[in-house]
Amino acid sequence: MATNYEDRVRGGGYDGDDDQDRRPMGGGRGGGRRMHRRRVCRFCIDKVDLIDFKDVKLLQNYLPERGKILPRRISGTCATHQRMLAEAIKRARNIALLPYTTD
Amino acid sequence: MDNKRQYEVVFIVDPTADEEVPKLTDSFKQIVTDQGGVVTKAETMGKRQLAYEILHHKDGTFVLLEIEGSGREIAELERRMRVNDRVLRYITVRVDEDRRRAQKLKDRRTRKAAKRPEKGSHHRRPTMDFAEAAGE
Repeated sequence: MATNYEDRVRGGGYDGDDDQDRRPMGGGRGGGRRMHRRRVCRFCIDKVDLIDFKDVKLLQNYLPERGKILPRRISGTCATHQRMLAEAIKRARNIALLPYTTD
Repeated sequence: MDNKRQYEVVFIVDPTADEEVPKLTDSFKQIVTDQGGVVTKAETMGKRQLAYEILHHKDGTFVLLEIEGSGREIAELERRMRVNDRVLRYITVRVDEDRRRAQKLKDRRTRKAAKRPEKGSHHRRPTMDFAEAAGE
């Protein structure tokens, strides 16, 4: 199982805004090089309150090649929205809008 | 709390029985109204490919019904769909609770926005950090 999630993140549309990710480095001289990549929940930004299970185009973004639900540590989705998303994906799978697995 | 519930029902019709779709939809609508429910929306989502095979079918016609009622009509509707072999699959989702919750969140947001128009400007600005760090 060689699903390279990191690659998918870079290729997909759910990456956070780049200029917001980098924190300013302290002081200028000798400061530790800490580059925080803060990923942000797409649904929070777009102010989504309801995720529709019929919206296949949206849900597909969170379903990599294998057909598994993209974990939120990769996508950066917040807990509330990940829960809604997972529920929607499972419903969509039930009526064959999305696959359970792809081989 | 009134006991009017809202449901979304999606069912898949056998693609070889395409011409029966309007008739089938009407009969299902009839069942719902007979049981005291109201069909608020009926929409054919068209023929599309299935993500996996169901009874050796690779595609099917998707129909969406939005129903308002007590829940009794859903029981009858599901029973009929189960028996009908033109219906490959169906799903019923109760939506009123989620919709109410979404509406509440939206209301709260608009209220907040009205109260504090300068929201978002208090984001941590890098200028502050820089000034402090330089002074050390």
